[in-house]
Amino acid sequence: MTEPLIFEISSPGRCGASLPACDVPRTPLPAGMVRDDLPLPEVSEVDVIRHYVRLSQLNYGVDKGFYPLGSCTMKYNPKVNEVAARLPGFARTHPYQDPDSVQGNLTLMFELQEYLKELSGFAAVSLQPAAGAHGELTGVLIIRAYHQSRGDSKRTKMLIPDSAHGTNPASTSMCGYTTVEIKSDARGNVDLEDLRAHCDDTVAGLMLTNPNTLGLFDEHVLEIADLVHSCGGLLYGDGANFNALMGIAKPAQLGFDVMHFNLHKTFSTPHGGGGPGSGPVGVSQRLAQFLPGPIVVPAMAEDGWVGGPAEHADEHAEEHTGKHTEEHTEECHALRLAMPKHSIGRVKSFYGNFGVLIKAYTYIRMLGAEGLRQASQDAVLNANYLMHRLKDVYPLPYDRTCMHEFVLGGPPPEAEGVHTMDVAKRLMDYGFHPPTVYFPLIVHEAIMIEPTETESKATLDAFAEAMIKIAEEAVIDPDLLHSAPHVTPVTRLDETRAARRPRLRWVPPRQD
Amino acid sequence: MTYVPHSQAERQAMLAAIGVDRVEDLFADVPEALRFPKVSLPEPLSELEILQELQWMSESNADLDHYACFLGAGAYNHYVPSVVDHVISRSEFYTAYTPYQPEVSQGTLQTIFEYQSMICALTGMEAANASHYDGATSMAEAVLMAVAVSRGRRHKVILSPTIHPEYRETVRTYTQGMGLTVVGDDPGKLREGIDLDLEALKALLDSDTACLIVQNPDFFGQMESPAVLQELADAVHEAGAMFVVSADPISLGLFTPPGDYGADIVVGEGQPLGNAISFGGPYLGYFACKDQFKRKIAGRLVGETVDTHGRRGFVLTLVAREQHIRREKATSNICSNQALCALAAGVYLATLGKRGLRTVAELCYHKAHYAASQIAALEGYELVSKEPFFKEFVVRFPRPVSELNSYLLDEWGIIGGYDLGRVYPHLAGCALLCVTEMNSKGEIDYLVEALATANFQIEGSAGSREVGS
Repeated sequence: MTEPLIFEISSPGRCGASLPACDVPRTPLPAGMVRDDLPLPEVSEVDVIRHYVRLSQLNYGVDKGFYPLGSCTMKYNPKVNEVAARLPGFARTHPYQDPDSVQGNLTLMFELQEYLKELSGFAAVSLQPAAGAHGELTGVLIIRAYHQSRGDSKRTKMLIPDSAHGTNPASTSMCGYTTVEIKSDARGNVDLEDLRAHCDDTVAGLMLTNPNTLGLFDEHVLEIADLVHSCGGLLYGDGANFNALMGIAKPAQLGFDVMHFNLHKTFSTPHGGGGPGSGPVGVSQRLAQFLPGPIVVPAMAEDGWVGGPAEHADEHAEEHTGKHTEEHTEECHALRLAMPKHSIGRVKSFYGNFGVLIKAYTYIRMLGAEGLRQASQDAVLNANYLMHRLKDVYPLPYDRTCMHEFVLGGPPPEAEGVHTMDVAKRLMDYGFHPPTVYFPLIVHEAIMIEPTETESKATLDAFAEAMIKIAEEAVIDPDLLHSAPHVTPVTRLDETRAARRPRLRWVPPRQD
Repeated sequence: MTYVPHSQAERQAMLAAIGVDRVEDLFADVPEALRFPKVSLPEPLSELEILQELQWMSESNADLDHYACFLGAGAYNHYVPSVVDHVISRSEFYTAYTPYQPEVSQGTLQTIFEYQSMICALTGMEAANASHYDGATSMAEAVLMAVAVSRGRRHKVILSPTIHPEYRETVRTYTQGMGLTVVGDDPGKLREGIDLDLEALKALLDSDTACLIVQNPDFFGQMESPAVLQELADAVHEAGAMFVVSADPISLGLFTPPGDYGADIVVGEGQPLGNAISFGGPYLGYFACKDQFKRKIAGRLVGETVDTHGRRGFVLTLVAREQHIRREKATSNICSNQALCALAAGVYLATLGKRGLRTVAELCYHKAHYAASQIAALEGYELVSKEPFFKEFVVRFPRPVSELNSYLLDEWGIIGGYDLGRVYPHLAGCALLCVTEMNSKGEIDYLVEALATANFQIEGSAGSREVGS
């Protein structure tokens, strides 16, 4: 079942849009500047709708079923979020409008900054980064700017544990740092001896994912923070796994100096097939002036104010419980955009992925502090439950209480010649999206499972039973797995061919 | 509302299976003194309550459905056909992740492949990726790619001063740790306030130059002819550098694509293609280049292949970089795209097609020129822009721009132009106005009337602004 390309259903002269006639006098087009041909498809509105609806049906999404993609937090995306972001009063505002005419937007952003500060314990937040990797780059640039501001130019190394997220090394090298990998110990924690051996005055910082990509909370997080700080480095937190920590621990209190959030993971905004996401960055007080901007500040704030200690958020939050009052209205008309004093600069145009911010704001307001803690608790409960259901059938390299996700060590050893990819593909036949596979790199044949809190026990049981059945099949009939999937719109695709001679666009068939 | 399905009985059953008494026991690894901190957030709301509150907040804004908008400067008010939002509201699209498992992601993959193909068609390039975060970051990625193409041997980046100020700033932010020098965009180098001095840019070219970037139409809306830009491209190539062009994709529905005048990389803000203006995001940065550079493209790329039965299918390709093999050697860390925004752009381009996009571009062009000529005829207003320009133009106002804009907003319900003095001090008093197919003749005439009135009204009516709509 494949769908033709939109170009292949094109028919000369068709147009799917109706546009108004030109109601002003025409101005001659400049000579020598008009293009000859514009090879876009020509289709009707019906063609467009049928084409894209059919394509949508070839996709698997969270709304179709269980999507336990480790490290991606594929939780349910509440529908109210979609309604909220489409409210015309938000969606139809221009980023360069006078701040007085967009106080509703600025209020939402200011409150979201405060909520993220409160959840993380950080002193200031910038909502500008557009994705997790973008937040990472931002965080490392902030670390660099901090050291430079102190005239400390000998710091050239960024320490990255081997259980960290995949993009950390690339973010680091973009900032001119050298990556030094730190080993994990037998329990999946950062190896303290290895860390100690690398801590010296050339260390800019350590990028710690905690819980790490094994789904484990580092048992020595406080010692790690001390080690890094005592050699003058800063501790970066990769917030991709923050879904395990809401109301459980505040990263700033654990010793982190800077962290990015993934609103599209933790705060229920949809992944959109690869974006748009949002990767706000929170920092401790000493880094606040380096944040990218602009950020939202009270109009009355002195120049250079970027946020106070987190206690401020408490008072602020209390004022805002309950319905809006006249007083609140007054207060709302008092926000503006400002650039932190020693900002690393802007990391994109305008202020952040505002439409995504609306969704995260909506989610936080609907759950409240207790609801968010419940979400994290149930995420951890679900992961541990599923881990216990599977650990007697699949190898479990780190047999510890996990956080929101866990990593299996591939198919059962008795299933010879069967690989993790085969298990993943066979899961599709059972109607599930496969987990993350072959990541983290430190586990051979890794299967990384993150169920999230929005899945019921019944769904987890059904998935566990499918996994157990597949483990049996792997021994009895391995070819069934090798040839999987069988019921998907296409079977396994030739990725080597795609990479060897890349065809990245449609070209019209030659008319000979 | 928490969206968690468990009853207490189910939780207990699961805890029993795990072998712990209480859910708190699962958090023993978290330092005890810091475990379960106090978190103060507003009380939870029902769906009804949050929507009422958001409605109230959103309506406190002045939005483009209720105000006539003549503001552009990188974020544009274009019509979005109804089909676009209908398609991107399909949750099969928006609740999917990056298409790592192609067998269950052909929908996303094929739409990206089609998007890449349409971006190539629009720009006159041979390869395009699945998009970057926005126009500014796409330009920064072009710089990273140009440096990578030179194998890190070239360290100079030449930016035209007529590139969007926030794009230039983003390029500087991205490259601050890379030991590059970014030159050329001193606003003092502009001739007659807003005109690009191509000779001055050319003079900066040398054997250390990785790339030279121009924007066309530029930030002020003006366009250079393909012949002139081809000459510039030749000079850039002679120096062994790459020629990068940033272009408004709507303009490419009508005007010569950068591929026809020597561009190696074409980038730009894709928001005008069917994406909501949404206070600056989420948008998408399109990115396209010549075939010879395709293996250096950062981010997501979708390629065509076949399945085990020989059927056509699509996969992410050329991916073994930023997250996987030799990841510390990657020149970019980008690992996502703005897939849903790119989907909107694809649906938009398909719906308008070759005729529709040209019509939109023509409407913008004719309406902008009409508005410019009407305003230029007003006493006290001077048209700074010269032909040819596309949908934006610069006008010198008789009064400070911020003052005039407040008057337009408060008294006439008009969102006025961008205050150029904000970033180009020598252009204080000048506004960048934008006109698109969304502005009817009536609306343009209304703006002209408001501006005409403003010139004497503000002066004459201190304290009693009576004129209104």
